[in-house]
Amino acid sequence: MKEQAPILIVAIPLLMAFLNIPFGLFKRTLSYPITVITTFLCVYFSYLIADTVVNNGNISYRLGGWEPPWGIEYAIDHLNAYMLIIVSIVSFIVAIYSKNSIEKEIAKEKTVYFYTIYLLLVTGLLGIVVTGDLFNLFVFLEIASLAGYALVAIGEDRAPLATFNYIVMGTIGACFYLLGVGYLYIVTGSLNITDLTKLLPPLYHSKVVLVAFAFFVVGVAIKIALFPLHTWLPDAYTHAPSTVSAFVAATMTKVGAYAMIRVMFTVFEPSFTLEALPTTEILGWVASAAMMFGCIMALAQDDLKRMLAYILVAEVGYIVMGVSVGNKEGFIGSVLHILNDSFMMVSLFLVAGAIMYKEGHRNIKKFANLHKKMPVTMGCFVIAAISMVGVPPTAGFFSKWYLILGAINAQKWFFVAFLLLSSLMVAVAFFKIIQNTFFHPSESHHKHEEPIRDEVPSGMLLPIFVMSVSLLLIGFLSGQIIDLLIQHAVPKGF
Amino acid sequence: METITSITPLIIISTSLVATFLIFFTDELSKNLREAWTIIASVIKFSFVMSMLPHILDGKLIEYTLVTIAPGLKIQFKVDALGIFFAILASFLWIVTSFYSIGYMRSLNEHAQTRYFCCFAIALSATMGVAMSGNMFTTFVFYEIITLCTYPLVAHKETPEALQGARRYITYLLGTSIAFQLTAIFLTYKAAGTLDFSNQGLLNGAREAGISDLFLTITFILYMAGITKAAMMPLHSWLPAAMVAPTPVSALLHAVAVVKTGVFVVVKVVLHVFGVDLLSSLGLGTALAYFASFTIIVASIIALKQDNLKRRLAYSTVSQLSYVILGVALLTPSAIAGSIMHIVLHAFGKITLFFTAGAIYVATHKTEISQLDGIGKKMPFTMAAFTLGSLSMIGIPPLGGFLSKWYIGIGALEAHQLPIIGVLVGSTILNACYFMPIVYSAFFKEERHDEHHGHSHGHSHSKKGLEEAPTIMVIPLVLTAIGAVALFIAPSIFLELAEMVVESVKG
Repeated sequence: MKEQAPILIVAIPLLMAFLNIPFGLFKRTLSYPITVITTFLCVYFSYLIADTVVNNGNISYRLGGWEPPWGIEYAIDHLNAYMLIIVSIVSFIVAIYSKNSIEKEIAKEKTVYFYTIYLLLVTGLLGIVVTGDLFNLFVFLEIASLAGYALVAIGEDRAPLATFNYIVMGTIGACFYLLGVGYLYIVTGSLNITDLTKLLPPLYHSKVVLVAFAFFVVGVAIKIALFPLHTWLPDAYTHAPSTVSAFVAATMTKVGAYAMIRVMFTVFEPSFTLEALPTTEILGWVASAAMMFGCIMALAQDDLKRMLAYILVAEVGYIVMGVSVGNKEGFIGSVLHILNDSFMMVSLFLVAGAIMYKEGHRNIKKFANLHKKMPVTMGCFVIAAISMVGVPPTAGFFSKWYLILGAINAQKWFFVAFLLLSSLMVAVAFFKIIQNTFFHPSESHHKHEEPIRDEVPSGMLLPIFVMSVSLLLIGFLSGQIIDLLIQHAVPKGF
Repeated sequence: METITSITPLIIISTSLVATFLIFFTDELSKNLREAWTIIASVIKFSFVMSMLPHILDGKLIEYTLVTIAPGLKIQFKVDALGIFFAILASFLWIVTSFYSIGYMRSLNEHAQTRYFCCFAIALSATMGVAMSGNMFTTFVFYEIITLCTYPLVAHKETPEALQGARRYITYLLGTSIAFQLTAIFLTYKAAGTLDFSNQGLLNGAREAGISDLFLTITFILYMAGITKAAMMPLHSWLPAAMVAPTPVSALLHAVAVVKTGVFVVVKVVLHVFGVDLLSSLGLGTALAYFASFTIIVASIIALKQDNLKRRLAYSTVSQLSYVILGVALLTPSAIAGSIMHIVLHAFGKITLFFTAGAIYVATHKTEISQLDGIGKKMPFTMAAFTLGSLSMIGIPPLGGFLSKWYIGIGALEAHQLPIIGVLVGSTILNACYFMPIVYSAFFKEERHDEHHGHSHGHSHSKKGLEEAPTIMVIPLVLTAIGAVALFIAPSIFLELAEMVVESVKG
């Protein structure tokens, strides 16, 4: 089974997505266990894959036994294995959480379809990460995006409109990506990433290749909501069901960032990316703008989910910035931040979902004394918030450490200032909430009876708790994670 | 130098963390048990700190590496003379303050006592962490933890003023530490490739390695701007704002643990990050000394105008903290010794003053200095302690405060900085100007009867005789006042440790 893991990790969720419909129509309550078990299997497969990669080196899995570059190849190195673990763990945790939250937020007859689409989304995301073929990557990107549109649209009253924007932007992004693939196919006749790596260097001066590269970068930038192409994200993630917000916020942008790294540093050589066009220079400044814009907008929000969405825009800026400085520290920081940010986002969005579940709103101004009602949830919120600010020893600090070291080594002092400034703004945004919750100046200590403890069901509480605790653990394990996986993913020449 | 690997530092830090859990879970079930945890933890912590003392006096180092997270980022403890000096001070005063806290919180029937005692215990853990840390990263981690866990203590009353004060507190402390101190740490790491403290200064070889003077100067300025806990002007205004906290918090944290962490880190940066040689060749020591002098004088003048007792004490703290910075910035052996001694001498004096302010509040609900006429007759013990505390602040022998000023003065002469002597004299006069009137009116003026409109404590006017605060509060403040005297007569251990520090940095 170990040899077949690369295909199983995609095939199993795809298969279960379809089987879910007959089972679900037979008995609606079956959908939830099916999803949880499937995502758990994905975690197991991703563990098997990572284990193989760490011990035996890269995996090349040929679909149907066809030789690459003609057949589709699943090529897995340390970066892929790392991404697989993140995506599968997040999908498993969110799946566990989904039961109660979905019951509350989605009409009963839709739950079966919800889980089917959820599994399709998982398939798409895992597929993007395992595949070693640019066109195949496009196919999975579209599976994930279409599933994403559908899931977002299930949400609140305003979700369909938000989804429409999302579809328009997302489709443009996908088109650009596909154009890029097409141009490369014209000049090289190949779609296989390993093959392209060998074929492209003699063609680096070609205008077609340069255009293809530009299409790739812009296309993926839309998908990861890099400022100023982020406009679809805040609405979509605010109005989506809480479970969906948590899952897509943690994985979609991160997998997009993975695709960007792949194209920039594997399909094209780092020397090309860093020198041929001023891409990285531009990306660096755009990323700075994203950090500033995201944080400033986050400060102005009263809606917790919308605030988190804007912080996500800023976090995408962090990841892109790290890649753009073009050195080892920056790259490690980016890749580490993919993990940290995805876990922080899950924790925070899951907390937002828990508050929605109990309170029916998520207006920051009405959070007073919520910690007395939901002590564990709010405690976890504080841990995740502190990690988001980047206070050691939580996970968030260590990726920022590498990001800033990278910027310093590249002598980009402005970037250092932006990174620190945005940390400060994130701190303000979260302390506003913490203060509203824990220290609300209630005029009447005596009039109000003490709020009764009323936590969310354990099915929701446990995922929140696990994710927050993991933020502390990951912080301490950062060094091991880097040694084991990330440092092998650093492109040559850095 | 001989190094012992020992888990003691970790035990010291975890004692109060364990206590935090016990306090949290005992909660309101049994108040006596909950408070007992605090006392037990403080005593255990103190005895473990003392158990390290003989080794340190033998000239050994105690080291323990908890975890290495990434190159340059390790949580490591290294206890040297300077570290144990601060650890003894903070852990001893925690015991005293614990008793006082219990009296204060119970007398006023405060809300959220569990949160209060939990945060207090974590704050002490983190203070120990700073005291014993072996590199700048560990220092930064615990520095931030102190900020975060004292924030609820400042916001304790949950009134709009308390929240405003707490907001300013977190903005100043967290904001500057991320914006400036962290940047400085990055620059240090870039220049030296390590963050481990060294007696000669970890940046000592940086100049030879081709790091420019401008780079080093900027790094130093960033450190000084980033260690806001030292309350150097112009970044001091969080400290008066933090006075909305309950008085035991002001006493232990905002006269000892938090602010002393600030000056302790400044001392660390001067001695162990930059090193005496590097700073004096860059001329940054003198610049810092004049900056600190400015704070000393200006803060004293502002203190003159304050009518709220705790605010006056706060400005006095701002001024006194800069003595420590001034001393270490002069970079001469006597001045460094004096500066380190001032950490402990000021602590005993100022904690006494805050204790008395709290005792006055509990007994009479008075907060303003203008209300204190004649209070000495009702609260003789408290006000006697207050007198001793203020004399120590002014620096009159036979009180501790004299010693450190003496040493710093000699240090100024050694450094040929005569204007500094003027600063010392001027500030002594100012200190006298803002403390002595309080003592005078407390003992020699008659109580005014027209001030209160008779509510809640109208009865206090009719009664004659003693009206002291509860005994559990009076004993600690008498003890610390006696401590201020005793430290003049027998500064033995502290002085010995201070001299060891001076020896070690001389290399």
